[in-house]
Amino acid sequence: MSQTTNPDPAAGGGVTGSAAGIDSPAKLATLLEEHDYLADEGLATAVFLALRMGRPLFLEGEAGVGKTELAKTLAAILDAPLIRLQCYEGLDAAQALYDWDFARQLLHLKAAEAAGVTDVRALEGEIYDRRFLVARPLLRALETRPCVLLVDEIDRADDEFEAFLLEVLSDFTISVPELGTIRAETPPVVVLTSNRTREVHEALKRRCLYHWIEHPSFEREVAILLRRLPACTEELAADVAGAAGRLRGADLVKPPGVAETLDWAEALLTLGAARLDPGLAAVTLGALLKYREDQEAVRRGGLLGDGPAAGVGGGVRRA
Amino acid sequence: MPDPGRDPRGTPSTGGPGEPAVVREAVGGPRVPSGESAAAEGPGAADDDRAALVRAMTGFARTLRAAGVPADHQRTQGFLAALRELGAREPRDVYWAGRLTLCSGPDDLDRYDRCFTAYFGGERPRPAARVTPAVAVTRFVLHQEGSGERDEGRGEESAAAATASEIEVLRHRDVARMTAAERREVARLLGMLRSARERRRSRRRTPSHRGALDGRRTVREAVRRGGEPARLRFRAPGEKPRRVVMLVDVSGSMAPYADTLLRFAHALVRAEPRATEVFSVGTRLTRVTAELRQRDPAAAMDAVSAAIPDWSGGTRLGEELKELLRLPDPRGAVVVIASDGWERGDASLLGRQMERLARLAHRVIWVNPHKGDPAYRPLTAGMRAALPYITDFVAGHSLAAFEELALRLAGGGPGRRGPAHGGHVRGGPALGGRAAGGQGPGGWGPGGWGPGGRGRPDA
Repeated sequence: MSQTTNPDPAAGGGVTGSAAGIDSPAKLATLLEEHDYLADEGLATAVFLALRMGRPLFLEGEAGVGKTELAKTLAAILDAPLIRLQCYEGLDAAQALYDWDFARQLLHLKAAEAAGVTDVRALEGEIYDRRFLVARPLLRALETRPCVLLVDEIDRADDEFEAFLLEVLSDFTISVPELGTIRAETPPVVVLTSNRTREVHEALKRRCLYHWIEHPSFEREVAILLRRLPACTEELAADVAGAAGRLRGADLVKPPGVAETLDWAEALLTLGAARLDPGLAAVTLGALLKYREDQEAVRRGGLLGDGPAAGVGGGVRRA
Repeated sequence: MPDPGRDPRGTPSTGGPGEPAVVREAVGGPRVPSGESAAAEGPGAADDDRAALVRAMTGFARTLRAAGVPADHQRTQGFLAALRELGAREPRDVYWAGRLTLCSGPDDLDRYDRCFTAYFGGERPRPAARVTPAVAVTRFVLHQEGSGERDEGRGEESAAAATASEIEVLRHRDVARMTAAERREVARLLGMLRSARERRRSRRRTPSHRGALDGRRTVREAVRRGGEPARLRFRAPGEKPRRVVMLVDVSGSMAPYADTLLRFAHALVRAEPRATEVFSVGTRLTRVTAELRQRDPAAAMDAVSAAIPDWSGGTRLGEELKELLRLPDPRGAVVVIASDGWERGDASLLGRQMERLARLAHRVIWVNPHKGDPAYRPLTAGMRAALPYITDFVAGHSLAAFEELALRLAGGGPGRRGPAHGGHVRGGPALGGRAAGGQGPGGWGPGGWGPGGRGRPDA
């Protein structure tokens, strides 16, 4: 927090620099801020240590607190490509690590056959060559340097998949039985995210730095809104962040994250709002709350600070 | 789960004047000398300081381990490496270095904060004050006056030891009316239960005779045959056991059944450790899966009793379902709720949560011990509110009832299988008969369900 408010004047030149140019969490926080990502001290320290110690960063938190966004921003700071592996159930080695280009392999076999090559061993050597190997995100991350590897929503992949990931993340190597071991010259910067729909295996977590991202404080959320939506006035940002904060404290099925707050503020801005008023809030609520139960609870309870009962004084709630 | 007000001593990230002076003193003072003073005193002193730092920090990790944070050897090394990067000059450096390397989940963060304050503040670590919910204790008596059709008094009349020939009788007896010896026998039989599990389709593909072309294996085969892809290989989605989430009501009105139900839960966990989650419900929701993973039923039951803080209290099922629905577990799972529906809280809240649960879960099975009584009618407010959202409403008072429940969890049972399989419920692979003959797996092998009994392929 303190870091983001007093930017380091020397940071300007280091924006496109490598990890070596980042010598403290404060410096990193400044860099993140220059790329419109406001990180608190814990997160900045986490990223700083991940870079310095060469360890993957394991980020958990409610949906929409900016886990994926962090990886994108980090890639921008390091001026490195972002390689993203979106996890899903059934994700296997062929989609995450590498695959063989079967069509080309078969064509090559036919060509060899036509040329009269019949030696099986020679054929094997030819078709299990690097040029027939299709690199999937994890292999690509090992072969690209520098790069930021984002393994998004790891909790969605089945637990069998974690075994593949374990090898990649502990040694930064991938073994291809037919080819040998492929090793990363420079380990990529790895960010893993999880929404905790499943407990990720301890062995995997142990190789990572663990950070739980909280919802931002009111001041930080206002700052985020103002930074991300230049057209947003301070009053509107304060209204929106205040309402979002109240909703997070309320008993909802899915409390809104920063992503939803940003969507909501954008929706309000599109409608030309300068302040939050009950009418506008009611029609744009779908940008913030995605459950019918939640929307009804909010309407009933007047949680936006200006429920139906307070309609008379609505819109001029406080300065 | 994130709670902005979680950290009692203010976010440590603020540092500054809010930081307790003791922490700073402990970290920067005599106990953990800073790097600069060490450098000034020559190499020998630096080594000593370094050793003192390592000692202090490993001591901290030990404290954390004692508090249940998985700060093992490897993590502690990571912690020391992180400290080298950050420099242990400021308390908050130590705080973040430790939190990022030694914790592995949101549950750890609270404990970590407590230990940090205690260790570096020179306090003796205390366990967190257990929050005792203000709920009236419902004793077993209550259920008698509520559903007066039971005659509990005659339970202990015969103390017959269960022999093989008596198991059949035992199977249909209500566990609440059994003697201690009979209950032990039932517990022994439950310990031998090997329940099959309903299958669900996995997204992971495995070699198969049909399905999509498996390029890798086809090419390998072609090479072996000198380049001719004569035989095509295929792969198709495999199967996985469907997850079961079981809620066992341990409130006062369920006291006679709680032990048996938890033993049944133990059998489920032992059968499919990776696809079963068990919670106890009473005045609070407690996850007891880890305790039930122990092989020995007696040890598992001991661990569970120690883990459950609210034995024989009231039930606030609505509140606890709500909590459960915040967790990822019920999605796509078979949810088994073992309770008499004697809801102390708001029955309409229970109804709303059941509605949501019914939408999330694959199916909802309600086990009510009183349903074994022919005269039972679901009249309690909680039961009435929940009833519309229940897929299967079954009894849970006797061994035979548990057998039926196990069969339903294997994807069998009426309502899913059609009348042709109705006979399986009773005459199928009964536990009692085999248990008498000897142990071994397959007390309930997959034989209880044919190919037609596989789980629906949908999620």
